Amino acid sequence: MKRLLLSVILLLLARPAWAGDWPQFRGPGGAAVSEEKGLPIKWSATENVRWKAELPGRGVSSPVIAAGRVYVTSASTYRERRLHVLCFDAATGKKLWERQFAATGGTMCHPKTSMAAPTPVTDGQHVYALFATGDLAAFHRDGDLLWYRSLLRDYPDITNQVGMAASPVLAGDTLLLPLENAGDSFALGVDVKTGRNRWKTPRRREINWVTPTVARFGGKTAVLFQTSGDITAYDAANGAVLWSYKNDKLGTVPSPALLDDLVIVPGNPSVALRVSEGGNPEVVWKSRKLAAAYASPVVYRGKIYAMTGIGVACLDASTGEELWRERLGTGFSASPVIADGKLYVAKEEGDTSVVELGDKPKILANNSLKEPLLATPAIAGGAIYLRTEKHLYCIAAKK
Amino acid sequence: MGRVGFGQLLAVFLLPAASVSAESSVEVLARLKAVGREGEHNEAAARAWKKVVGQGPAALPAILQAMDDADAASANWLRTAGDTIAERAVAAGNSLPAEALEQFVHQTRHNGAARRLAYEWLCRVDAKTPDRLLAGMLQDPSPELRRDAVAAVLKQARSQLDKDDKDAARAAYRRALTGACDKDQVDLIAKELDKLGDKVDVAAHFGFVRQWLLVASFDNHDDAGFNVAYPPEKGVDPKAVYKGKDGKEARWIAVTTVDPYGMVDLNKALGKHKGVVAYAYAAIESPQARPVQIRAGSINGIKIFLNGKELYHLDEYHHGMDVDQHIARGTLKAGRNELLLKVCQNEQNEDWAQEWKFQVRLCDAVGAAVPFTRTHSKTDNPPKRGEAKP
Repeated sequence: MKRLLLSVILLLLARPAWAGDWPQFRGPGGAAVSEEKGLPIKWSATENVRWKAELPGRGVSSPVIAAGRVYVTSASTYRERRLHVLCFDAATGKKLWERQFAATGGTMCHPKTSMAAPTPVTDGQHVYALFATGDLAAFHRDGDLLWYRSLLRDYPDITNQVGMAASPVLAGDTLLLPLENAGDSFALGVDVKTGRNRWKTPRRREINWVTPTVARFGGKTAVLFQTSGDITAYDAANGAVLWSYKNDKLGTVPSPALLDDLVIVPGNPSVALRVSEGGNPEVVWKSRKLAAAYASPVVYRGKIYAMTGIGVACLDASTGEELWRERLGTGFSASPVIADGKLYVAKEEGDTSVVELGDKPKILANNSLKEPLLATPAIAGGAIYLRTEKHLYCIAAKK
Repeated sequence: MGRVGFGQLLAVFLLPAASVSAESSVEVLARLKAVGREGEHNEAAARAWKKVVGQGPAALPAILQAMDDADAASANWLRTAGDTIAERAVAAGNSLPAEALEQFVHQTRHNGAARRLAYEWLCRVDAKTPDRLLAGMLQDPSPELRRDAVAAVLKQARSQLDKDDKDAARAAYRRALTGACDKDQVDLIAKELDKLGDKVDVAAHFGFVRQWLLVASFDNHDDAGFNVAYPPEKGVDPKAVYKGKDGKEARWIAVTTVDPYGMVDLNKALGKHKGVVAYAYAAIESPQARPVQIRAGSINGIKIFLNGKELYHLDEYHHGMDVDQHIARGTLKAGRNELLLKVCQNEQNEDWAQEWKFQVRLCDAVGAAVPFTRTHSKTDNPPKRGEAKP
């Protein structure tokens, strides 16, 4: 019986992140959509807070959640020379472990961002954390170090003094790293088990913050890397170029969104591409209505929701036609996320607007935590996780 | 034995009897220190990591000693192993080898980051550790320990101010200044002392170089000049006249900055140019041969040379500027040394992309100014026509 129980436990532990988990920046597949229902609509620093944890130093990365554990990064000490990876019990907020590194790359950045800007990624069993300093580490869920790399030691000419912030993503057993910057600029595919390179390919030499997106094209798992000059699909396994669309007006911060065979590429104008089986991207529509500075658009039930300078715009994903706009204020560094027909929009001053979606939007609440809030919310296990500058909140009805 | 030295082996043998088998510890730690570029030997290091963590708190002193000669990447493997042991031991209610850790903290010959780590582990099990140890660390070679020691004196100074004991506060701020190397702490001290009628020469405190010879302009069209070795990189002759960008003559001029942070504004000193390279030169007299950090701030593409050898480069423009943003590590000779900076301006035309400036200071590894004088030999004197004070 014990052996059977152990086998069941091992089987459960060996599975990839649960469907209801939030394993990477902007959740499953980077789609920013959760299947969770019954989430709180109203909260404050004390109301509907299941738990709250103090974080060392500061950071703007999002938490990721899988198999009952919450992982988050932070940076502390003078000039953020100390880097932290923390793991909390999702149910109770108890800190299970914390690991630290000394930064091995430069820590210069814009005051809005942090060395803890890239969001970690987890497969449920392991967590992979990248910092703006180029420090990269993989941990088992119990806190054991699997491997560590100093990317600045490997590639000393990587440089982005505004601050690297794009997040790593996973495609199977390849960890995909966006290292587009003003110096030695490249995309990297790394073996998750060893941390060694699977492939490395040069990218446009410019500072860039676009988190890559994993998608399927022509039966292959691809990863989309975007700069101001191109969006290119690489075979995630070996880095071979599957297709590329060049355009000098694409965005350098928001990530693309996917809808069936459409790739919606933020820019000015934003572009919707349809990629044929042969791998040729065809422009379906262009729109200047999707011109968010930082926030990534989210696709939900055939519509695109994108932040404007003062609120949110809703567009028909198939045509690019604008359907409505709603004012929500300003300060959208975080990307919006959607769950249960509601849009959650975090703002820099600490408010999160909850907007019911439909033919017309309805603002349900503006919830303030009264702390800087630049990280994209995460949703998992019936809770909303909000990472303010110095705290991690689990917003949920108390059990 | 790989990269493990005799001294380290000896140190491990001298550990308390309770520590792990010296031989196995050395071998295991050597594997953590053998990680190479691009993840080379990561698998062996991961196995070693688990093994050393499994050894528990007795392994902590050996881990700390192994950090003495570890490179930055290996030091992080060691750091996480030690931190994991300490975390798990404290959570399980087990003790840490406090006496050995405290000894290690006191031994300033060890790696500063490792000593700081030992200090933090002690703090986990004894909340009085800072009160006990920080008082003697105002001149500590570990930047983090020194910073906390300065902070503790600043707290005392604030307390004296709150009691309106200005003399005691002034004395405390002056004491804090003797250890302060971080800009935020020095700024605070200078501000408070100024209010108390005591002026701080911030530039001297930090070791900023204030007198320079400057020459411009060489071509940097399409940022290509960054990698072109123009004549000053082959040897500085202050009386030389170079053929600069577009065939124009380029001559050295003397500049003295009065900025408290040693800032030299090249747009003011040399005129506004885009797509150009300037050089800044200073002959430095050091009383002794010593390691030095040449710390610069510049929003432009920059190279740093000491005695003809390139020590540092960063080819990035208009993405921010701060004191100590660029750190070059080198060695000063006793006597005359030649410091050369290459400061490149690109061709961006946005309002925020017009700055062209730099600041440089000479300090030790903790950030404290090293003694030097700016030499003025006859050959260093350029024509007087260019004297400027930006």
